[in-house]
Amino acid sequence: MSFLTKKADELLGWVDARFPLTSNVKAHLTEYYAPKNFNFWYFFGSLALLVLVLQIVTGIFLTMHYKPEALMAFASVEYIMRDVPWGWLIRYMHSTGASLFFVVIYLHMFRGLLYGSYRNPRELIWLFGVGIFLALMGEAFFGYLLPWGQMSYWGAQVITSLFGTVPFIGPDIAEWLRGDYLTSDATLNRFFAFHVIALPLVIIGLVAAHIIALHEVGSNNPDGVEIKAVKNKTTGIPLDGIPFHPYYSVKDLVGVVVFLMVFSAIIFFAPEMGGYFLEANNFVPANPLVTPAHIAPTWYFTPYYSILRAVPPIGISQFPGVAAMGLSVMVFALLPWLDRSPVKSIRYKGNLYKGWLAAFVVSFLVLGYLGTVPANVWGQFGAWMGKADIATVVARIFSAVYFLFFILMPWYSKKDKTKPVPTRVTG
Amino acid sequence: MHIKTQMKNAVFALLLLPILSFANTEVHLDKAPIDASNHASLQRGARTFINNCLNCHSASYMRYNRLQDIGLTEKQIKENLLFTADKVGDPMTAAISKNDAKKWFGVAPPDLSVEVRARGADWVYTYMRSFYRDSTRPSGWNNLVFDKSAMPHVLYELQGEQALDHETHTLNLVKPGKMSAEEYDVFVGDLTNFMAYMAEPAKQQRNHLGWFVLLFLGVLLILTIKLKKAYWKDIH
Amino acid sequence: MSVNPNDKNSGNKQSKVEIDQEKRKFLIATSAVGAVGCATVAVPFVLSMTPSERAKAAGAPVEVDVSKIAPGDMMISEYRGQPLWVIHRTDEQIAKLASHDAQLSDPDLEIPQQPDYCKNKDRAINPKYAVMLGTCTHLGCSPAQNFAVTADWDGGFVCACHGSKFDLAGRVFKGSPAPTNLVVPKHQYLTETTLLIGEDKESA
Repeated sequence: MSFLTKKADELLGWVDARFPLTSNVKAHLTEYYAPKNFNFWYFFGSLALLVLVLQIVTGIFLTMHYKPEALMAFASVEYIMRDVPWGWLIRYMHSTGASLFFVVIYLHMFRGLLYGSYRNPRELIWLFGVGIFLALMGEAFFGYLLPWGQMSYWGAQVITSLFGTVPFIGPDIAEWLRGDYLTSDATLNRFFAFHVIALPLVIIGLVAAHIIALHEVGSNNPDGVEIKAVKNKTTGIPLDGIPFHPYYSVKDLVGVVVFLMVFSAIIFFAPEMGGYFLEANNFVPANPLVTPAHIAPTWYFTPYYSILRAVPPIGISQFPGVAAMGLSVMVFALLPWLDRSPVKSIRYKGNLYKGWLAAFVVSFLVLGYLGTVPANVWGQFGAWMGKADIATVVARIFSAVYFLFFILMPWYSKKDKTKPVPTRVTG
Repeated sequence: MHIKTQMKNAVFALLLLPILSFANTEVHLDKAPIDASNHASLQRGARTFINNCLNCHSASYMRYNRLQDIGLTEKQIKENLLFTADKVGDPMTAAISKNDAKKWFGVAPPDLSVEVRARGADWVYTYMRSFYRDSTRPSGWNNLVFDKSAMPHVLYELQGEQALDHETHTLNLVKPGKMSAEEYDVFVGDLTNFMAYMAEPAKQQRNHLGWFVLLFLGVLLILTIKLKKAYWKDIH
Repeated sequence: MSVNPNDKNSGNKQSKVEIDQEKRKFLIATSAVGAVGCATVAVPFVLSMTPSERAKAAGAPVEVDVSKIAPGDMMISEYRGQPLWVIHRTDEQIAKLASHDAQLSDPDLEIPQQPDYCKNKDRAINPKYAVMLGTCTHLGCSPAQNFAVTADWDGGFVCACHGSKFDLAGRVFKGSPAPTNLVVPKHQYLTETTLLIGEDKESA
């Protein structure tokens, strides 16, 4: 035993002389000090990393059987579902993983909103995160075309048309994106390239930057206090910090298993998730001549899609709606500079901020729901409102709330009555 | 350029206007008797499907030898069901060519491999029981679930002929077929059951496996919680 | 007082010596169960790379009708994407098979390049019909037929790529780069003139 230990030490020494293995393990795991008061909301960072790995691995195996060619794409997906041994499992892991990726990312972002994780000195972490979110949306969009079903096809047709609304150069951009006059084999082929190599590389790079930046400044926590401010005088270790490994690695493991249970339950018992994860119309092969009666984007895009539909056109130009949709996503990047509150965490913020955050969450959820249904779902107002669709009017109100949350933040976050922040973390 | 703008506008009309609800989505759909474990029903449905549907429709993602899932042996499949192929490993192709079919019906009959996943089992079950005589249609038939369907009522000898009561918007049997209404419902139920199986042959295996996976993860969850507690007793 | 986890970094080695049995127990249990889980998950991924149902269907046994091959001629069919030869040998050709054993690398068929029921002097079930895969055992080219008999050639095949020579039973001549005889696949007679390639009576 001691002989083996000695040999292992020698090998480690050999590696360390050539590659900073031990020092990196220390810097990022065993001597990375994380606040000891992480709660439920802090599971989602490591879970996002897990889903990323799952998507990459399942994606590689799907690529072995999938054909990015208009005449064969739909059939090759069914080939995976039926003829490839265990292909159905790998495909469902990938399709379920795509949706759960957004569940995890949204909860991870909401954690940032709750505890002010985007504030000084973590602005860059947040910006890298917004970059990951944007790349992920692109990744999901490009990947969604690949099964070449009706929803795939018309979703891509509509989204590429959005670029066509940009004044003057729009139509040329849309055509350039598609590589054809309409969504076609050329579009499928390039979307495949973006989905399997271009964006994964961008995402991996941004995730690395996100984590490196995080480990440089240290993690925030539910109290929003800087644990580095109070250190043990002899060791220099934050008094409220504990080594990430083993404490948070074993804690995150519990989160991982719970996540895997939810993941498995969906894969094995409800992979379509009532049509939200896999849509019925996507089991009809793409047909450029017939649009399905009801087209809606996948659920994770619906809040922005609702905003797109809610903004009225100017003349015949749809560009305002498209611009609003783009802004609704990009605006997250400005948060570090919009929030003027003297405190970071929701725990010490006042009712004004809490009220606005609640209004934002409600509008996000309502817009998300409305994006999945036709605009006439709630019927029409009477003549006094010009017989407008109720759902459209509601979507307009909540779109306004969505943007006001950001626009008014510098004002209400400053005016808000905050509570005193402790110097050490609580509970 | 002009055409491009028109196309763009057409797409936006789709995108932004209230989405029209179609008459056929408002039809009440009967609940299909789906039972993936009933091999007898699935086998009857498979026979009906292969003898009738495969004349015009294909199910080209489904291989004949996959029918071993529903309790048939390769020999039984070879001797009784191998109508449109030579080899038992071949997919279920249609008996007529796509071009001929298009000439006869105006549209090519769709592939039915994943029809139940696209339309739902209840839709298929109700559709196959909702044909009625309509002299205004080229085929002489119309369908309550799918108005102006190009498909004629292939099974009318079994079901008989129905007529539409325009006032109540319901169907009445005007000329009985070889089967009673109950027998025909069971017949179509078996067919739908088979088509539901065919839409996702791995479903039974998936549901079965799911319990073991969850059980395993349940054990792992207990262990990880204990492990976490063992470490976190240090932290105060 | 409880142990501060940071102590181990403060150079206080004393607290590291005592081993926490509870931690150790659950660490081992979780690792073991987790490892089983990971290994199990790997199985479907590995199996997904084995031949699919489509590949199996394409590679399924094929029937070959040999009645139309003229004596002294051959037909080229296909089995699992490779050329499959059926040679209708004349009595004369069959007789000559035994005449050049000394020139062959493996005249007695020691290397199992054929099913046991073809390990005989004709390398066939029925001496009239020789069945083999027309893929050179050197580097996979398909040898060309050369049935014209000369003083020092009893008829056979010559590989264009590197000059390997085979006789009418697919046996390789000495001096060829090909190391072994051509492969005789599993086969059986369904009728007198119908062959089933890829499945024999033993495996069926």
